[in-house]
Amino acid sequence: MSDKAKLDDELMVAEAWMKSGKEVAIATVVSTWGSAPRLSGSHLVIDEDGNFEGSVSGGCVEGAVVAEAMDVISSGEPKMLEFGVADETAFEVGLSCGGNIRVYVERLG
Amino acid sequence: MDPLVLKKLNQARNDRKACVLVTNLDDGRDRLVLEGHLVEGELGEAISRALLTGKSMTIQINETEFFLNVHLPPAKIMVIGAVHITQAMAPIAKMAGYDLEVIDPRTAFATQERFEGTLVYSEWPEDVLANNPLDPYCALAAVTHDPKIDDFPIAEALRQNCFYVGALGSRKTHAKRVERLLAGGISQEKIERIKAPIGLDIGAASPQEIAVAVMAQIIEAFRKRRLN
Repeated sequence: MSDKAKLDDELMVAEAWMKSGKEVAIATVVSTWGSAPRLSGSHLVIDEDGNFEGSVSGGCVEGAVVAEAMDVISSGEPKMLEFGVADETAFEVGLSCGGNIRVYVERLG
Repeated sequence: MDPLVLKKLNQARNDRKACVLVTNLDDGRDRLVLEGHLVEGELGEAISRALLTGKSMTIQINETEFFLNVHLPPAKIMVIGAVHITQAMAPIAKMAGYDLEVIDPRTAFATQERFEGTLVYSEWPEDVLANNPLDPYCALAAVTHDPKIDDFPIAEALRQNCFYVGALGSRKTHAKRVERLLAGGISQEKIERIKAPIGLDIGAASPQEIAVAVMAQIIEAFRKRRLN
């Protein structure tokens, strides 16, 4: 039954990583304008080795978020990132064109 | 994020508890607010709004920006009775983004062939609900007409505070049902929550139209539900 099934998403992954002793950063889409590809509240979680789960966009800004997350993990200071998705390539017209997102990146613990 | 807050958040989500993770975007502090835990003032109002709409949002209060990340359990519709109405409800529920499951101990009705892509239990509601308990994010629609099948899940839905409880049957049938529920120890106040006759009053005639009326009533009950 679906109810009994354990959740399997990036927040569970973050907790599992934490329990295995890894340093973890959590990135969260906190606001969007236009036709941004992922809703507010979406997460990307990153570990100290740069492994990641989830998404904050259709795939175009994840690389940048992972790189920033490395800084956040070492400094412990949260960061607010802003992206204009339209500036990035690889988005089809009419899908994500013109979207902007703000992504909050924080260290777990 | 506080590791303890993450643990609590994951626990709440696993337990099908509605909650909002409140993050102060200026200083990074966060806390988890479970539905039913009152928060005062502007922030409290925004939290209630987030719980009702299911939409995560930022809010500015006295120069401080907060992010409210709302986590709602997926709303689930349990239909008692694998009948024609239910067959029409299943695709509508799917389209509208609600999980729908069907319970009917009558094996001739509860076949997977009649409900492709929908979870169907050909067991008694008592047995199914013992393993898959109802909760406030479940709707229950009882459409078999048979008290032997419908009565228990209706009473259970009222006890568990399901956001919607509807029962098929004429006013006369319902009056008898009310008597049985009262005799079974369910309070008048709870019994009045039952939508009977079932479905919004749009003059629905065919099973498919009744399915639309029931789904509309369920959606209304969900979007206008009172927070615990």
